[in-house]
Amino acid sequence: MSSKTFKGGIHPKEYKELTEHLSFEVLPFPEEITLPLSQHLGKEAKALVKKGDEVQPGQMIAQAEGFISAPIHSSVAGKVMSLGKEQTSSGFPKDSIVIKTNETGESQKILFTSLDPETVTPDEIRERVALAGIVGQGGAAFPTSVKLTPPKDKTIDVVILNGCECEPYLTRDYRFMTEHPDNLISGLKLIMKALGVKRGVIGIEDNKPEAIDLLSGKARYEQGIEVVSLKTKYPQGAEKMLIKAVTGREVPPGKLPLDVGAVIQNIGTAIAIHDAIVKGEVLITAALTVSGKGIKNPKNLIVPVGTPVQNVIDYCGGVTEDAVKIVVGGPMMGIAQFDLQAPVMKATSGILVLTKDEVAQNPETPCLKCGQCIEVCPLNLMPTKLARYTQLNRFEDAEEAGITVCMECGTCAYTCPANIPLVQWIRLGKQKVLQIQKERVVN
Amino acid sequence: MADTQTIDKPTQKVYFSLTTSPHLHSKWTTSKVMWSVAAALVPSIAAALTFFGWTQIFIIITAVVFAVGTEISIQTIRKKQITWFDGSAALTGLLLALTLPPDFSLSATAIGSVVAIGLGKQIFGGLGYNIFNPALVGRAFLQAAFPVQITTWVKPNFAVDSVTSATPLAALKFDKIFTDTASMTIGNIGGSLGETSAVAVLIGGIFLIAVGIVNWRIPLSMIAGMILFGGIFWLINPQNPTPVFHIFAGSFLFGAMFMATDWVTSPITNKGMWIFGFAISFVLVVIRIYGGLPEGVMYSILFMNGFVPLINRYTKPTIFGVAKEAVKK
Repeated sequence: MSSKTFKGGIHPKEYKELTEHLSFEVLPFPEEITLPLSQHLGKEAKALVKKGDEVQPGQMIAQAEGFISAPIHSSVAGKVMSLGKEQTSSGFPKDSIVIKTNETGESQKILFTSLDPETVTPDEIRERVALAGIVGQGGAAFPTSVKLTPPKDKTIDVVILNGCECEPYLTRDYRFMTEHPDNLISGLKLIMKALGVKRGVIGIEDNKPEAIDLLSGKARYEQGIEVVSLKTKYPQGAEKMLIKAVTGREVPPGKLPLDVGAVIQNIGTAIAIHDAIVKGEVLITAALTVSGKGIKNPKNLIVPVGTPVQNVIDYCGGVTEDAVKIVVGGPMMGIAQFDLQAPVMKATSGILVLTKDEVAQNPETPCLKCGQCIEVCPLNLMPTKLARYTQLNRFEDAEEAGITVCMECGTCAYTCPANIPLVQWIRLGKQKVLQIQKERVVN
Repeated sequence: MADTQTIDKPTQKVYFSLTTSPHLHSKWTTSKVMWSVAAALVPSIAAALTFFGWTQIFIIITAVVFAVGTEISIQTIRKKQITWFDGSAALTGLLLALTLPPDFSLSATAIGSVVAIGLGKQIFGGLGYNIFNPALVGRAFLQAAFPVQITTWVKPNFAVDSVTSATPLAALKFDKIFTDTASMTIGNIGGSLGETSAVAVLIGGIFLIAVGIVNWRIPLSMIAGMILFGGIFWLINPQNPTPVFHIFAGSFLFGAMFMATDWVTSPITNKGMWIFGFAISFVLVVIRIYGGLPEGVMYSILFMNGFVPLINRYTKPTIFGVAKEAVKK
């Protein structure tokens, strides 16, 4: 079986062996949870509770504001302690609701009525997904109901489930695929129904042969669903790369997957959709991989949304002596943390504790013009040039060279033998260019 | 860069290293690259010592010492960070030594090293900023300053009877004598220290391609270019050498593997590398056939080094998802 792929990319050490064989464990309720009102792209939700209110798990405590937004639900039974700015894993404080868990532990989980996936209508699916607060589980946390409501003038002909999990260490999607294959396919069918699409593809990297075999076996009995084996290469799971590998179509800069007739959903999102429709559940847990050589007991966990990172790390036995860095997300695109009270959010896919050995920082030297960053860039950009233009404040040149197209996947900086922090420079340049573009519109 | 702050907790101490993503990095560093290239030259050094005697090691030592010394001196004078340990200066010295003829004067070798690092590299601002290959700049200076010495060849050890001390190219150009390919492959022929043994050069070159330091496009396009252009000249006039002779003679392979592939002075785009390689071979064939000198690898590479910024400018890759027609507009 030959595996499909895209041009460029890298193959970092996977480290998946740390957790891939471990079933999900459920983290006990923490004493206190922090729920940021903005755990998704778009407008932040509007709080529905005030200090002192009693809440139940599954109760909506903040409602969606506007079209691109998502509601927030309490993940525990407890009392609202405060509403205000709290530190989040994004590095910025955000408006949040802090809830103290009931000591009695008594709770009444609030559920929707269960819907029959055979008879449910597309509108019912969209409405339920919106009310359940489901957002994309891949990391960007785009509200899923919006993705299921494409503009009338766009024709969608394929839904692709992203089973690549191309970030090293992370094994959450792999566990989902092997532990809940039926729910996954049910979720995919619901997505296809909501969009009126006949073709569903599950794209899986070929380093997960068990998942490919298992899901291929299941897909054989489903109409229009196929499993596609993809080459194990970072960033195979990036939307544009995945669409290219599966369909051969290229999403132009500034356009969306639906402009080329494709909708991408994460494995975790499909499971959440199945749970919302069939079991009537709202999205109040996050499935994540806790891994890295710096954590004593690596695990795959189901965590109540809002749990502080510290609680998760403690549950996994704490950190080792040589731990130097704690990252929320994957090692290639995740964010290094300085405050472990930051909560796990809906789209948190991993917490990594990395040792000095894993994150070795080598001395930076001038650019050697080796061209390797250009060769590996999946979007055919020239990272060294973009970084250089930023260093020289040549933002017009940076704009023309396509700096805003960069998705910050980190492939270039990983590869650079001169150890130049290319992504850091490009991120800075991108912000400046976006600012200039904004001013241009105003003038 | 790594801001580390210590937070004391009653139970455990956690160090937070805060840097932006990506948090993983390949194991390559500038110095590892430089020392790997130096390691890839070991077969060539061994061949040089075998065929021309162990005393040739003094040329290599002199070239390396003076290259590193020049780097340290200039960086000291300019009050810059001393970076000799990144290996780039030592590598330049090593490469220069291997382009020199056996028994070359040590004082001239030292001058060559000083020029290579001083004029070839540091004057542009040091590592990464030079336009021309520093080792070749040093070699070109010596060619101009010591034209007789640098073309005085030594008869190698283990040479078959028919082999003279002249290089295959010189033998052909001035005496119309063809050297057999087998000798040129092994290296028991006249020539510069590192260039005579094609086998040794290929072992090092293939190692560098395998570990990803040398981009295969440059050597391959040079060889393909030589087959194409050398072949055309040979078809026009069978008196001209065959493409195979062109490839094995002189420093073609050494240049293709170790000189043209110098990162700093070669194009950064894949397309650019193809153009660069083909163009070097074209210029080289013209020099070898119509020029006054028998050999032209050094000049053809230096000549094309000058075009690298231009090549980079016109071979920008098309951004993912941008249709070809849209770019033309």
